[in-house]
Order: sequence, then structure tokens, then C-alpha cells
Amino acid sequence: MISILSRVSGWFLIRRLIQSLILILILILVNFLLIHLAPGDPVHLLAGQSGDEKYFEFIRAKFGLNQSLASQLWIYLTSVLRGDLGYSLGYKQSVFGVIIARIPATLLLTISAVLISSGAGVVLGVEAARRENSWTDRSINAFALAGYSVPSFSVGHLLLIVFALRLGLFPTQNLSSATQEVAGLAYGVDVLSHLVLPVTTLAIVYVAQIMRLTRTSMLNVLSENFVIAARAKGVSEGRVLYGHALRNALLPIVTVVGHDFGMLLSGAVLVETVFAWPGLGRLMLDALAMRDYPVLMGLFLMISVSVIVVNLIVDLTYSALDPRIRYGRISK
Amino acid sequence: MNQETFEQRARRNLIGWPSFKGRRTMLVAVVLLALFAFAAVFAEQIAAHDPHMISDESLRPPSAAHLFGTDDLGRDIFSGVVYGSRISLAIGVTVAVLSGLIGVLIGLTAGYAGGLVDDLLMRLTELFLIPPRFFLALVIAALFGSTFFTLIIVLSVTYWPTTARLVRAEVMSLKERSFVEAARAMGASPARILLRTILPNALPIIITNVVLMVGGVILVEAALEFIGLGDSNYISWGYMLHNGEHFIRDAWWVIFFPALAVSLLVLALNTVGDSLNRALDPKSRIANLDKPA
Repeated sequence: MISILSRVSGWFLIRRLIQSLILILILILVNFLLIHLAPGDPVHLLAGQSGDEKYFEFIRAKFGLNQSLASQLWIYLTSVLRGDLGYSLGYKQSVFGVIIARIPATLLLTISAVLISSGAGVVLGVEAARRENSWTDRSINAFALAGYSVPSFSVGHLLLIVFALRLGLFPTQNLSSATQEVAGLAYGVDVLSHLVLPVTTLAIVYVAQIMRLTRTSMLNVLSENFVIAARAKGVSEGRVLYGHALRNALLPIVTVVGHDFGMLLSGAVLVETVFAWPGLGRLMLDALAMRDYPVLMGLFLMISVSVIVVNLIVDLTYSALDPRIRYGRISK
Repeated sequence: MNQETFEQRARRNLIGWPSFKGRRTMLVAVVLLALFAFAAVFAEQIAAHDPHMISDESLRPPSAAHLFGTDDLGRDIFSGVVYGSRISLAIGVTVAVLSGLIGVLIGLTAGYAGGLVDDLLMRLTELFLIPPRFFLALVIAALFGSTFFTLIIVLSVTYWPTTARLVRAEVMSLKERSFVEAARAMGASPARILLRTILPNALPIIITNVVLMVGGVILVEAALEFIGLGDSNYISWGYMLHNGEHFIRDAWWVIFFPALAVSLLVLALNTVGDSLNRALDPKSRIANLDKPA
């Protein structure tokens, strides 16, 4: 990774870093505007619904709610930049702390799903492209289109009913069985059995996307001269597909998948709801139900910032892998 | 790959759809869409019951009296599904048309004007693309209240950037073509060139995009209602899924039929959009459909 990143030109890196920082500042501004444009007293959004009058007074003073809008913005901006996203009365903890505690569960879910669906999606996409318009291609396409159309939570419900409730193969909820006090290997197995259904749900939905992207990208690459040259040289078809063509087809796939990180997170939220997986999505819904607005706004900001950071990493990796765009503008 | 002759490929590209089999799929999708549209328009005549009507026949499985069964409050699920298609299609189509209009306006302006205007409009577009659509809609709905009206506004605000970018790219390539140059040479005003010369040629990709957008919007809207951010004055598919989730253990039908309805409607829309897309461009520009939820 370090050696790849060292190939990114300094100028490009600086430009993208500044761009990302500006975007983050604008996002904080958007958050601020949302809090002030929403109907009702902004103090409820900054403090949460459950506070008493004394606490509201404290928050009013802290965020300078009786001062001008400009100075309120300054106070809000500086406190967010210091990492102070407010305090959650519901969780009796700083919003930042509440959110950080939930990140590992969501990461475990999303990373497992991405790994599985990338592997399966790329192979299926290549095979579909190899037999363009064949029966295989059509079936893979139909599956992909269905994957795009069924709500992710409904896929989750289906798996839940069949494999957890009817067959009893997997637990229905949570990350681990709270009743057992276990550690080490047994704990790992326990978490794994809880992980299977949510990850499968997310992977089914995500594999559709990767499959379709791979197919299109491969079809574009397969008509290029270097592929014809490789075939003419007598390189085996497998090598042509997975060696020569795929390597070139992967770049756009990586970019699109990276730029759609936010979509993956949205899917994760809904899947977490179905399986009561204790990650960011579950937190967001609980915050919504308890009207814990500081947590809700904090989550929105942190998720948006993480999308910006992932976009940045993807662009840098892309520019390192493909020197042609190192100095140019990124076209998504 | 190699079994196809150039002539066959050319013909396929010309017709736009590879075989009868493909056209049959398209036909099925169109029929499905027509069915949903019919249900939405004639909901009062088709539904046997008022979907809001509570009865003491709680959680009954599908039967002749209740085709899709009843929910915990004894409400008829078939009627809910029929009326739900009205909500889903109304929101989906309104949002797609509204955000399509905004997107076309911004895309046309940016693509044709170029320079600073283009730069500014595109930065604005990118800004709107950063917060994940679902979260942005969720937060706005949570703060501003989730009525039918706010849902439409919220979703329109989050959906226009995709169209804007697509239209801009299309305009940028179209405006270099010789027929546009010819129009310009004949002294046509920029407005006339845009509306009479460029827009009609960009229309196919705009229509495809709008069709695909309807499906995406329906999914996001269902997801928002599923997590409890719907308009409680209407029975919608998302609401039925939200409410039915509690009875997943004993009464599968409560969530099964609304889920089937969402999936079929979105699948039909995606199939039609995808076929249009392939017919217009075999290389498939819109490979990445929207899967927001």
C-alpha cells in the first residue's frame, strides 16, 4: 500500500486533500443549516428531546443560541472540528464515544460482505461477459436485476424466516448469545453463527452490483486490441480473461464500488435492523426512535465524512494504478 | 463471443434487443407495470375492503375472504397492497419527474455553457452526491417530519444530481456534432439550439434514466417507511412491512405480499429501463443501477 501511494504525485495528493477538507467543512455547514432550518427550537436538536429546562439553558449557552447566526456557526464548527459532536442524554455518553463503540460491528458486517460479494461478483461477471448473450449470461443478468429490485430488508426477512425460524440453523438476532458467558474460540464460533445471515443478505444484494459492473467493464475491454493480440498469440482463454482482460477491467469496478461506499452503508443499516445487529444502523434507528438528535446528526456527519475519506482513498489508489489520470481531473 | 458474425451483431445493435426471448421479458415487465398502474388508479374498485378498516379477524392466513390474509388489527392485506401501489407509484413517478426536470435543467445549462458556469454547477452536483442518499433523506425526514409532501421534496432533492451529470455528459458530446454546428451557423439562438436540437437527441437517455429512477425512489421510500419514517395517514407497502415485521414468526403473509409487490414493481421498472438502455446503447452506459436500499 505504501509503495503504491508513493507513486501518487504530490500535487495531485495535495489538491485532492484540500478538496476533501473543503467538502467536510461544507458538510458541517449543511448539518448546521439543517438544525436551524428544521421546525421547532434548535436547542432540541442540539440537546436531544429528553433534557430538562436546566440542561436546555446549558446547551443554549454552550452553542451561543442567543448570539448571531454567524457566531453560532463558528461555535458549532469549532466544536465539531475538535471532535465534540455533543452529548447523548440517552446513552449518557459523548456522541463521538457512542458512535465509535458501534463501528467495529458494522465494519465486521460490511467488510465480510464486500469480500464475499467481490469474489463471487467478479467471477460471475467475467463468466457472463465470456458468454455474452448466452443462457448463462441471461440468467446471471436476470439474477443481477432481481438483486437490484428486491429491498435488502426483504432479502433479510426471507433468510430469517427460512434459515433461522423454520430450519433453526442460525440465531435470529444480535452479534452474540448474551446468555452464554464464553470467550476465545467458542466466542468466535458464536459470533460467526450470528454473522452468517446478515452477511449473506448484504452480499446477495451487493453481488448483483459487482456482477453487472464486471460484465460491462469486461465487455468493453474484451473488444480491445491487446486482447485480440493475446488470443492471436495462443494464450489460453482463461489466462486472457482473468490475466489480461480482468486486470484492465478491474479499475472502473474498483472506482465505482469505492464511490458507492455510502450505498453499502445504507444497505447495512437496513440489514442491521432486521437482525438487530448492534452496529451503526441499529444505533441510528434507536436514536431516531428516542429522538436522540445529537446522535442522529453526529452519525449523519460521520457517515458522510467516511464517504469522503473512502472516495479520497479510491481516487489516490486509482491514480497510482493508472498513471494516465495522475495529473488530470478525476472523472467518476 | 466469436460465434456472431459482424452482420448479426450489426442487426442486433440496430434492433436493440438480441432475441425474441429478450422481448418477451420486456413484454412481461410492461404487462406487470400496467397491472400495478391499473391497481393504483382503480384501487377503490379492486380492493374488497378499506385498507384502514380494523376488524376482529386478526392475523388470519390467506383465504377466499382475505386473499392475502389479515394483519394484527384485522386489516385486509390485499386491499393494503392494492392501495399501496397508488402511494408507491405516485411518489416514485412524481419524484422521478421533478428531479428529472431539475437534473435536465442543470445538466443542459452546465453542458452547454461550459466554463465557470459548468464548474460551479458540477461542484454543486458533486456536493449533493456525497451524503448517501438514504441517510440524507432519513435525516431530513426525521427533522422536518415525514408527510407525503416532505417525502416527495426530500427525495427530489436527493435524486436530481445523477440526471444532471448524465445530461451534461450527453450535451457535451452532442454540442460538438455537425448538426448542432449547422443550427448555430443558421443563426439559431442558444435557447433554440438547446431545446430544439440538443434536447430531442438527449431525450432517450433522459427517459431511460427517469424510468430507472422511479424504481430507485420506490425502494428508498419503502425503506424509509420500513424504519418508521412514513406518512401515517396512508397505508403503504413500506408501512405494512414496518408493522408486519413484529409478526414474522407466526404470520409470514403480513410481510410477504407487500415485499413481493415492491420487488415485482421495481423489477418491472428496472427491466423496462434496462431494455430501453440496451436498445439505445448496446454498450450500456448505465451499468450501475441505483440500489439505495
